[in-house]
Amino acid sequence: MSWEPVIGLEIHVHLKTRTKMFCRCELEYGAAENTRTCPVCLAHPGALPVPNARAVEMTILLGLALECEIAEHAVFHRKHYFYPDLPKGYQISQYDEPLCVDGKLPLATAEGDVAVGIVRAHLEEDAAKNVHMGGAAGRISGADRTLVDFNRAGTPLVEIVTAPDIHSAEHAKRFLQMLRQTVVELGISDAEMEKGSLRFDVNVSVRPEGSDELRTRTELKNMNSFNLAAKGIDREIRRQIAVYESSGVVEQETMHFDPGNESAPPLRSKEEAQDYRYLPEPDLVPLEPPRELVERLRAELPELPGARVRRLTEQVGFELAEGLVTSGRDRLFEQVGGERREIANVLMNQFAATGVDPAAANPEELAKLIEARDRIPRQAFTEALAASGDPGFSAERYLGDGQITDASDLEPLVEQVLSANPEQVASYRAGKERVLGFLVGQVMKETQGRANPKLVNDLLREKLQP
Amino acid sequence: MIDTLRLTAEEAAELIERGEVSAAELHSAYLLAIAERDGELHSYLTTVSESEGEGVPIALKDVISTKGVETTAGSKILAGYVPVADSTVAARCKEAGLPLIGKTNLDEFAMGSSTENSAYGPTRNPWNPERVPGGSSGGSAAAVAAGLAPWALGSDTGGSIKQPAALCGLVGLRPTYGTVSRSGIVAFASSLDQVGPITKTVRDSARLYEIIAGRDPEDSTTVELPEPVAIPDAEDLKGLRVGVPKELNEAEGIEPGVSDAVNRAIELSRELGAEVGETTLPRAVEYGLPCYYLIAPSEASSNLARYDGVRYGPRVGNGDIRSMYERTRDAGFGDEPKRRIMLGTYALSAGYYEAYYGQAQKVRTIIRQEFAAALEEFDLLVSPTSPTVAFPLGARTDNPLAMYLSDVLAIPPNMAGLPGLSIPCGLSEGLPVGLQLIGPQFSENLLFRAGHALERALEFDFVPEPLR
Repeated sequence: MSWEPVIGLEIHVHLKTRTKMFCRCELEYGAAENTRTCPVCLAHPGALPVPNARAVEMTILLGLALECEIAEHAVFHRKHYFYPDLPKGYQISQYDEPLCVDGKLPLATAEGDVAVGIVRAHLEEDAAKNVHMGGAAGRISGADRTLVDFNRAGTPLVEIVTAPDIHSAEHAKRFLQMLRQTVVELGISDAEMEKGSLRFDVNVSVRPEGSDELRTRTELKNMNSFNLAAKGIDREIRRQIAVYESSGVVEQETMHFDPGNESAPPLRSKEEAQDYRYLPEPDLVPLEPPRELVERLRAELPELPGARVRRLTEQVGFELAEGLVTSGRDRLFEQVGGERREIANVLMNQFAATGVDPAAANPEELAKLIEARDRIPRQAFTEALAASGDPGFSAERYLGDGQITDASDLEPLVEQVLSANPEQVASYRAGKERVLGFLVGQVMKETQGRANPKLVNDLLREKLQP
Repeated sequence: MIDTLRLTAEEAAELIERGEVSAAELHSAYLLAIAERDGELHSYLTTVSESEGEGVPIALKDVISTKGVETTAGSKILAGYVPVADSTVAARCKEAGLPLIGKTNLDEFAMGSSTENSAYGPTRNPWNPERVPGGSSGGSAAAVAAGLAPWALGSDTGGSIKQPAALCGLVGLRPTYGTVSRSGIVAFASSLDQVGPITKTVRDSARLYEIIAGRDPEDSTTVELPEPVAIPDAEDLKGLRVGVPKELNEAEGIEPGVSDAVNRAIELSRELGAEVGETTLPRAVEYGLPCYYLIAPSEASSNLARYDGVRYGPRVGNGDIRSMYERTRDAGFGDEPKRRIMLGTYALSAGYYEAYYGQAQKVRTIIRQEFAAALEEFDLLVSPTSPTVAFPLGARTDNPLAMYLSDVLAIPPNMAGLPGLSIPCGLSEGLPVGLQLIGPQFSENLLFRAGHALERALEFDFVPEPLR
């Protein structure tokens, strides 16, 4: 039998607001522990949450980018559980009336668009950070004590939940890349996995090809790169297929991904049904975003990455188009003149390898450089690309250094110069050797200075031999 | 010599204004009275020796966070907790120049109707020290009645201002939900908690309400007052339609002495020019209390989750986190908070939410509609505040349900978010009886006007008989 994977994603994105979701503490990644706290985010008695209006706007903007409906009435709920990183004993989140619902992100693929449904995008607050001391690698098991850093507590967080519309690890990875690029371009998040400002969980199940049932799913947590996610998903798909094919039963469980050995050991098998005792947050009034605000934000939406992939696919094919867009190099690509595929290839390969910020590069100079790349040494080209983000970068300098050192390239030019200057040739042959300087100069002029003068000299002497 | 027993806040302000006494001297006079009389009454948990401000000193219930002054909510789990910031109401009192006398006793986390649930021992009623002062703001009420504060703030979730004010012969205002900031008020049931004044007169009540009320950006549920607070001076009730809800006045358990006093006050309103008629609130009274005991404990179970021993307050045990939580919360909470945490946790659990919390919210809407209908016909409604006068210490401590019924008349308007003013309307068995005036949302000015006119006509002497 052949099996179809069914994958759904839950993505958490930190919003790039100046202050926290419900208090005025400034958000500063890497600040000394517990220096960005106040009675609200430390859950002192009587401290009340006040929603961050900017975070609400950013969530609406994202909702619009994901083609969601923006609720006219959204409600914050309290989600209860006891853990030291949760100061109030509940997280303020959204439950059955989220801010954004029912959207989609059409995922451009080589085979055309795959519509991935967005079930919801809601606003909530992040927990604090537990720091486990004395155990292995900061893990809770084996730790002898746990300290809590509340700087992160109350960071605005958007949770995006997709429908189970993804059917391969590769598409899951591409979706994540596309979503990441979208939030970065909207300016609402840095979405940097290493800083924890983008996190995601993956729900995986498989079913017989052609069926539309939804079988028991497992949840993969804590994957810290898109590539590892793709690997983990693939492995989990294979595992589930193997279980079914040996007449086994897939248990509902949560797998904690351990990048060290690339295995996915079960975290909570048959998870004891968590009862979060959701309660409408009585300290907050419902969010009722004015329609004018929603329309203003809609007008602010830039052309989204998905649309750009589709547009560029026509010029350079899907792979390069997607690569350019998800790497944030497509805007530069569009500004650099030249043969489209060649430009795309250089930007995705040699240019990408330099790590130069695409926004800093000068497109005109890059165009000159790429145009000349076959005429200059590889080394010089690479150096030029690496410097292409420097202020005042000029391709000319590198082209100058890019001498024509191949005699066969120069020979026709030398012949041409000799036949154009019969008087000087005669003078030289008559013993006036300083005429050679003039002839070298003519060849150099023809090559815009790129010819190797010594080589020109040698070639001329050789041709002038009687 | 300042007679703190008789002195109203208004008179105290006049003394200060005329330069006859300074705020600091007044503050000292109250501290002296506390030293003399509070040993027996135990109305204060903390007193403040420094007098700050040039206004009339005030006592604050110990759920009101005060910067630098211990705030315990009457619970061991907050023993030693000193807020780093003032609550909005404390800050507004400070801005108005009111020196803080101290923090008053209460039922733990404001859960109770007698102040016997305080982890720091009960408060006694100045009218009869064998009796309770009511609760949960019993410390504030006893302090004002005994001349240990010219005025005080309490908090009211299910009657915790109105009922102790009634039992101590004082004026208590539970304001319209959303008019007084809850920022910095130790939360019990967020959708019901409101801070309000406990005073000797209606005019004092209006003056204090004026200081604390109004929109606060720190509390999203607050609103701007639709009109400025008017200090009442009318002496009649001409043009007012006063409704007497049958169920609130004939509920089971209302003592005859209480009914008599309330009926005399109703008769008096007629004499003062009011048009009095009967009305009905069938479901509000029948379901008000049961609904309250679903909604308030549900919210309490959530609000009290933060007391986990991690960030402040005492911590018991240092082994694994579960046992630290359990031991800390077991040692820190008294029986009543534990009871309500269990009730609320149950009511919010998956599978029960709709049947309990969800259903209670629906009934709450019906109660609101019922009051709205009655208040279409009448400008305000009247009833006893409490079915009984102050009861003996210990009389209801073993029977939570009997204790809960103390608020059966005070709770229904709270469920509807309506303001209520309790004024003393006479004595029964030598103990004060409270008259509850209920108006539409934001009708505080009307309640003050009616309360003031009745107060003048009733000529109730707020000084407890044993202290005269």
